[in-house]
Amino acid sequence: MEAPLDLSNVTFSYGDGELRRQVLKDVSLSVAPGEIVLLTGPSGSGKTTLLTLIGALRGMQEGKCRVLGQELLGAGEADRVRLRRRIGFIFQNHNLLGFLTARQNVAMALELHGGLNDTARLKRAGEMLAAVGLADHADKRPSQLSGGQRQRVAVARALVAEPGLVLADEPTAALDRASGQEVVHLLSDLARRRGTPILLVTHDPRILDIADRIVAMEDGRIIQADAAGH
Amino acid sequence: MDHIGRPDPVPLSDADHPARPRAGAMDALGLALRLAWRQLRSDRARLMTAVAGVMFACVLVFMQLGFKGALFDSATNLLNSMRADLFLMHPMTEASFRPEHIPRARAWQALADADVAQAVPIYMAQASMRNPESGRRRTVQVIGLDVTANAVRFEGLAPLTAALTRPDTFAFDNRSRPEFGPVGEMFAAHGPFRVQIGTRMFELVGMIDIGPSFGADGNAVMSEVNFRRIFSRDPAQTDLVALRLRPGADLGAVQARLQALLPDDVLVLTHPELVAAERAYWENGTPIGFIFLFGSVMGLVVGMVIVYQILFADIAGHLSEYATLKAMGYSNLYLSGVVLGAAIILAVIGFIPGFVTSLFLYDVVAKGTFLPLGMPVERAVGVFALIFGMCFTAGLLAMRKLRDANPADMF
Repeated sequence: MEAPLDLSNVTFSYGDGELRRQVLKDVSLSVAPGEIVLLTGPSGSGKTTLLTLIGALRGMQEGKCRVLGQELLGAGEADRVRLRRRIGFIFQNHNLLGFLTARQNVAMALELHGGLNDTARLKRAGEMLAAVGLADHADKRPSQLSGGQRQRVAVARALVAEPGLVLADEPTAALDRASGQEVVHLLSDLARRRGTPILLVTHDPRILDIADRIVAMEDGRIIQADAAGH
Repeated sequence: MDHIGRPDPVPLSDADHPARPRAGAMDALGLALRLAWRQLRSDRARLMTAVAGVMFACVLVFMQLGFKGALFDSATNLLNSMRADLFLMHPMTEASFRPEHIPRARAWQALADADVAQAVPIYMAQASMRNPESGRRRTVQVIGLDVTANAVRFEGLAPLTAALTRPDTFAFDNRSRPEFGPVGEMFAAHGPFRVQIGTRMFELVGMIDIGPSFGADGNAVMSEVNFRRIFSRDPAQTDLVALRLRPGADLGAVQARLQALLPDDVLVLTHPELVAAERAYWENGTPIGFIFLFGSVMGLVVGMVIVYQILFADIAGHLSEYATLKAMGYSNLYLSGVVLGAAIILAVIGFIPGFVTSLFLYDVVAKGTFLPLGMPVERAVGVFALIFGMCFTAGLLAMRKLRDANPADMF
């Protein structure tokens, strides 16, 4: 089976001429189906840039990057937009739409895909919210939810359309210890049960236990890839 | 992918698996509109501001166009109500209240054409008329013509012809401004009475229907002879000639023949051409048309700025949410559709109260000024198109802000 994510010799720089600054050097990384990989490293080590390249949010410069069967080197904007629909994104901040209820926010991820009518989308969104433990809060707006609850809605939104890959950037950074733990465990449990691979960037040492593998980066290179205790 | 061991809380059968071709374009449009509406609805105060802005623009444009239309309609009231087949007018006459004289002989010359049955010289001048109640004087347009010839058909004139042939009699325009006093009511209550026009006393013998114009507040119609009792003018110089054709005559052919026959100190015009020439004077020969155009454009600009500000602030305040939607796979086109959708919704829900308010104001103004303010369908449709275009442009301008929502900055 093809790896959902396969990078080889990815190099990336910001700026031009004298100001050119290389942030990724020869990065190669592969994530197997169902694998949960944590990406750690100090600020400026290139983790976030790597995540934006894999998420098709930024154009590739050099190297090969195959995500869910789509080669990203030279891929056009339309191809990249299409690929993003098959990736679940979780950000540092929940970024939920304030004027929609939790259920409607989750359903937004389903509106991009055909085949479901509005009722079915809302039903599916409700089920996903129940799976993250928010069955009683489905019709509240983000402003009526706590930080941890909002991030759980974001997890539900990222997973509801059954993505082939989940990309998460510091999902616990804005949360207290307990809520942070709760959110990442929920995420890893749900993903593991569905066999969805996760690539998660974090500084947070308290959540390293969810990983199958921990990849450490420094100065744009992968310096260490440990199998975690699973 | 491995689907074994999927949990119960989210039962997803393969039958409704979402990995399908994209939703149809119409669905996407509907969803974008719905999202736009939900966003607008979420902030009532801002929605009200935007709707008030659109409504303001709408009312302003309606009032400007209404006044303009009423002015031009009323300016042509007099000529509009003079119904005859063809007219002779001096080519240098710009407006009926300031006519160039034409030789009366042209009327008799026109009779040379076998199809012209009747030629009636019309004399027009302004005089002051005394309000029979208060005694105040006011400018009235006096029209003198052979009332027994039925070439010119004023509304309500026919039954008065016998009375009007008597010395010092006249018919008064029922729709004249109220400053002339309750002439119609007094006539209805007491019958004929005497009114001063210029320096002579005239007997009011009946009411006709013409309507005031910007040039004069009222109209008085009388015989040619009575006209000369007020104005000492050379009767050989007239202002307008009305022609009646034989039944079945070809209007266009007669017009062409007369124009060829008569010297070039007269123009041969049909009734619509005569009215159009008068209207063209007010539209092009005066700054009035421009003033109203300017007012309309200002209304649209103000409305557009308000809508733009609302839409722009909305995007600017939610850049990270828009960037998230882009990261989720929403295209720029879709999000542009949401912004334009919001603009279109504002156009529609701002137009409706604007239209209703304008109808109400038209009614108030029509009662207050006696100007003919109506709401023709073309005007309603035209203003809606303008408001729609205004909001659409505001949406297009605001849409550029979407470029700042960059999903790559989200991580």
